[in-house]
Amino acid sequence: MTTECIAVAVAILFTIGTSIPLGHYMARVFTGERTWLEPVLGPVERLILRLTGVAPNLQQDWKQYSVSLVVSNVFMWLATWTIVTLQQYLPLNPDHIANMEPTLAFNSVSSFTTNTNLQHYSGETGLSYLSQIGFATFLQFVTAATGIAACVAVIRGIGGNRLQHVGNFYVDTTRAAVRVLLPLAFVVGLILLWQGSPMTFEPAAKATTVEGAEQTIARGVVAPMVAIKQLGTNGGGYFGPNSTHPYENPTPLSDFVEQWSILIIPMAMIWTLGHMLRRRRFAAVVFATMLALYVPMVTFGVAMDVRGNPAIAAMGVDQSTGSMEGKEVRFGSGLSALWSVSTTVTSNGSVNAMHDSLMPLGGLMPLMGMWLNNIFGGVGVGFINMLIFIIVAVFIAGMMIGRTPEFLGKKVEAKEMKLASLALLWHPLSILIGTAIACYVWSITADPNAALAWLKNPGPHGFSEMLYEWSSATANNGSGFEGLGDNTPFWNIGTGVAMLLGRYIPIIAPLALAGILGAKPTAPETAGSLRADSGTFGFTLWAVIVILGLLMFMPVAVLGPIAEHLALR
Amino acid sequence: MIREFKQGVFFTAATLVVFGGAYHAVFWAIGRVAFPAQAEGSLIRRADGTLVGSRLIAQKFTRPEYFQPRPSAVEYNAAATGGSNYGPSNPNQLEAVRERLDALTKQEGVTAEQIPSEMLTTSGGGLDPHIPPNAADLQAPRVAAARSVPVGRVLELVRQHIEPPTFGFFGRPRVNVLELNLALDDSLGAPKHPAAVAADGR
Repeated sequence: MTTECIAVAVAILFTIGTSIPLGHYMARVFTGERTWLEPVLGPVERLILRLTGVAPNLQQDWKQYSVSLVVSNVFMWLATWTIVTLQQYLPLNPDHIANMEPTLAFNSVSSFTTNTNLQHYSGETGLSYLSQIGFATFLQFVTAATGIAACVAVIRGIGGNRLQHVGNFYVDTTRAAVRVLLPLAFVVGLILLWQGSPMTFEPAAKATTVEGAEQTIARGVVAPMVAIKQLGTNGGGYFGPNSTHPYENPTPLSDFVEQWSILIIPMAMIWTLGHMLRRRRFAAVVFATMLALYVPMVTFGVAMDVRGNPAIAAMGVDQSTGSMEGKEVRFGSGLSALWSVSTTVTSNGSVNAMHDSLMPLGGLMPLMGMWLNNIFGGVGVGFINMLIFIIVAVFIAGMMIGRTPEFLGKKVEAKEMKLASLALLWHPLSILIGTAIACYVWSITADPNAALAWLKNPGPHGFSEMLYEWSSATANNGSGFEGLGDNTPFWNIGTGVAMLLGRYIPIIAPLALAGILGAKPTAPETAGSLRADSGTFGFTLWAVIVILGLLMFMPVAVLGPIAEHLALR
Repeated sequence: MIREFKQGVFFTAATLVVFGGAYHAVFWAIGRVAFPAQAEGSLIRRADGTLVGSRLIAQKFTRPEYFQPRPSAVEYNAAATGGSNYGPSNPNQLEAVRERLDALTKQEGVTAEQIPSEMLTTSGGGLDPHIPPNAADLQAPRVAAARSVPVGRVLELVRQHIEPPTFGFFGRPRVNVLELNLALDDSLGAPKHPAAVAADGR
């Protein structure tokens, strides 16, 4: 118990500490300053931009930027859809994996294009090696870079004064992929390879076990994928059970590195924003507000799972190592609970323990992480989601003190509030309505309670499984209560659409908002201005997030995890 | 608009080559040179070259001469992995735990309090290669009796195979079951009738 607490604290503090220099480095990358990796990465960046046919100094306004974002994503979608639906006929398929079925392909490709990485397939049986590298890993790079680029454009917008342009989408995305993600993924991937993640194009190994049985061991191009899966808040694993699989996460050291990779860019992005806006105090306030949500959730989640399962304790079994169903011995329950919170607040979605088997209130923490979706958040999109709450907090604070709401010297008016409300309300609407539809469809299957249909667990937990799936799809998270039998046309198409809308609405509405704010003149701040870089504002923001972000989900939380917790003894 | 589409197509192609292709080629080359054993999957071969398994992947052990790994929701199928995904309140889950508890208390001749919960629950991937040290201690008397050696010799081997947490606090102490069993066979000799496994039941 004590060692678990030390391990959790060290993991968090180390990540915070290293996020500061990385944030500074990223700010240099996006303001076009020279960095020390220039001799190696500069040529790669220029090569991609030359092939794309983009002049590095070409500027775009927010509309052109959004169009480029969507158009490039459409072609990535089409290219990777072609790969997975034809993988059987393509090379690098030594284990003879069949083509992907169309609704599953729609879901999977939408999932990876939107940086969600919800997986209704299992990697070792569903993807060839070519698909793993040319579909999954490829999209894990470019979609993460897309998110970072969108965030950079938003930062330029809110910092601008009568600004016409927010940057160039292709330049920003290429820079994010080549200068931020690539070097980090290279280092992390090498550590994982050293620790035991495979990197081979050979087919599955056929072993004869010590007792003489046959064992087929699936392997593949694992280490490079796991690195970018974590760093890009993608989360889509090489194998079905993700980073619980010993090949994806072989040792506690690999777990430490992967846990670090989940949070590092989302954390660093906040410092980047401070440098780019030249408002480091504001960045510190945002960072502290996020931390004030993250740390209590981790503490609570860890406490729930290290206590163990009372129903198993009732059989006379020692629960001093915590609830171990769905967890790995090498990590233990504490590090598993830490990961479950980190991976959901950041929209990463990888797991090192099965979330379906977490204790009920331990499982509520990942749900809350996805409902908020802005505590550090996905690479880039985390701050974009937070910006929406900041605008709302500014508006509410402005109303309370009876002044025109202002943010960083710019008036926040009706148009901005409409865009913020659209992005803010889409999230709960999609989750709650989606869950309601799923419950209805489930209830009209023949004899649902006896058959349990697509649910693996009865009672409130079954409800949580459906709620989790819609939360995960809408929040572009990608983790799951994996007991849900989700590879059916209903779930494939339904969550596929939820992922697409849950990605592009919360990116394009804030881009528009930032574009509009950027075009406004900046008024000098006076003694009467609302200061966004004060502790008071941080507290207001915290309260707005908790009240607006979580209260809407209170009823479903009660119906699912809380009801299960109360019934479990 | 044509130019916009062209840029989208060429950007997709260029990034596909760099991140889908070249990135992996570099890793492949480094893996071959610097980490050949890990790159292939940390496989374990016998002296005659036959493949026994991977040190990272659990395999099934049923004979009394061997330490047993944690239960697996996928019966140690390393080509289609997964966990049970049972919720903590699921009656099926509690029944499964109860069954394993009854079987283990009978097999090892101990009471419920002595059995680590790791041995009653399935892991996330179904391939957890480790057990906690106390789960190995628990099995040592049975293993020693089946091999007709003093329990001290088996416990000594267990002690040599305990991996401590990284840096002393990250992760948990653990014992790799496959490596421990291979070490048992190495130092005490392989059990005599490997073919009689099936008849033995559990």
